[in-house]
Amino acid sequence: MDKVDLRVNLGGIRMKNPVAVASGTFGYGKEYADLIDVAKLGAVTVKGIRLQAWPGNALPRHVEVPCGMVNAIGLQGPGVDGFVRDYMPFLRGAGVPVIVNIWGTSEEEYAEVARRLSEVEGVAGLELNISCPNVKEGGNAFGTDPRTVASLVAGVRRATRLPLMPKLAPNVPDIKVFVRAAQEAGADALALINTLPAMVIDIETRRPVLANKVGGLSGLAIHPVAVKLVWEAAQAARVPILAMGGIMGPQQAIEFLIAGATAVAVGTANFIDPSTPLRVVDGVSAYLQRHGMRSVKELTGSLVCG
Amino acid sequence: MMDVTSRVIRQTPLTAGYWALELDAAPVVGQARPGQFVHVRVPGLEQTALRRPFSIFGAEGGVLSILYKTVGRGTEQMNRLSPGDAVQVIGPLGNGFPLEPEGTPVLVAGGYGVAPLFFLASRLARKGVVLVGGRSAEDVLAVERFERLGWPVKVATQDGSRGETGLVTMLLDREIARLKGVSEAAELYACGPDGMLRAVGERAIAAGCRGWLSLDKHMVCGVGACLACVQNLRREDGTAWIGRVCHDGPVFEAREIVW
Repeated sequence: MDKVDLRVNLGGIRMKNPVAVASGTFGYGKEYADLIDVAKLGAVTVKGIRLQAWPGNALPRHVEVPCGMVNAIGLQGPGVDGFVRDYMPFLRGAGVPVIVNIWGTSEEEYAEVARRLSEVEGVAGLELNISCPNVKEGGNAFGTDPRTVASLVAGVRRATRLPLMPKLAPNVPDIKVFVRAAQEAGADALALINTLPAMVIDIETRRPVLANKVGGLSGLAIHPVAVKLVWEAAQAARVPILAMGGIMGPQQAIEFLIAGATAVAVGTANFIDPSTPLRVVDGVSAYLQRHGMRSVKELTGSLVCG
Repeated sequence: MMDVTSRVIRQTPLTAGYWALELDAAPVVGQARPGQFVHVRVPGLEQTALRRPFSIFGAEGGVLSILYKTVGRGTEQMNRLSPGDAVQVIGPLGNGFPLEPEGTPVLVAGGYGVAPLFFLASRLARKGVVLVGGRSAEDVLAVERFERLGWPVKVATQDGSRGETGLVTMLLDREIARLKGVSEAAELYACGPDGMLRAVGERAIAAGCRGWLSLDKHMVCGVGACLACVQNLRREDGTAWIGRVCHDGPVFEAREIVW
């Protein structure tokens, strides 16, 4: 049987297969290097980076819920310099496109982080985090107003020629408005969805379980929500979509591709079974062969309605 | 570190609600050091539950032992496992205890904190004493196992249902005083709840001996990627850093920890 063509181009990020790992669920790649062949991934998206090192939130930072988890890590990270010094040497040699998730508390900071990373060898693209629910400034505060999204994306666009992929917030009334705002401001691709704002209460103490009180829900529980948002976004998008939210195996990834995604990212499942992304690669390949498709591009947006 | 499919050999009931689970996991056992842990995928809840971290209780002859208490949906599911069932295990993980004590090793356990200390006792060349504390007799585990290794064990329970009445730190204060009386140095190793570890750490600092504390934090990835189980720490030069209990620990020296 002929091998199917799994290669995709995610707005200038050339991936050998359509399966990436989601920011915040794979560290900086090397943490998982003993457990999975990182070079076989379509791309690695690293944990969010801002200009300076950032301590993140107090503990508890996570709580498990049925079919998922709620986290409020708070974007702890080493800052641009620490990231480049401590993690880029491994990533440069990992044989996989590196997408750096970036954030800041002002438009200027986002632009400066983008400018600095543009000068770093081995960075394939930037994922613009405008939808993290767990930081007071930045994150979701930027992602839920289309004018702010447009301004922020335009500002970062002026600062870099790297492929630019805003990660959209799921908690908005009409995702298409944000898709248009981001792509008109110069986005090369779109990532969705981020975690859904969520809260868990300890009924015995009547306190929020998370120190941050609220967090973001991820895992299998959010997958149908994500599929609907990806499907809607795809109808307005002229640029490719990287879809994520609750991929536990090939089934959920294939749904995203049918809904209109060009590529997918595995997130919470990495914590449960680090082999998940490669199982998804194999599963997508087998699916394409079973359905007589020669390229994964044939599957993207192939939803049958009516 | 590796991700292996192990097989259940047997489950042994200890006291009420506590179980020892033995797994055929030779590759992990071959690398395991006392104080390290394994990250176990919950059979039957593969898609819906995170992995659970467990200290290594024993690692001999290809057999990996862990100790658990049925407290929630994950451990209740583990309790349904039968011999021959497959269990996915990542390990060994974490740094482990140093094995060269500068004095008499004093092992201080709270509840199922005995698990890594029993493995430690089986590997330390030099024998010392084990101090076990718990709320009640039900929480006092593995005493006979330590004794079979030739380690004397002293027990304290908060309700007095086994051993002396009081906290394990009461036994520790007495042991530190006894060793000081015979001009013998001590090296403390502890695993248990945060409050106990903090109290043991304070005593190590006051006594001028080393105190190796194994922290028990809720974890997600187990490999240092997700930053859910962080701990504020300080280096010898006083500078602060944030460590990952799963990757940089779970064992820290008392002076490193900023409580």
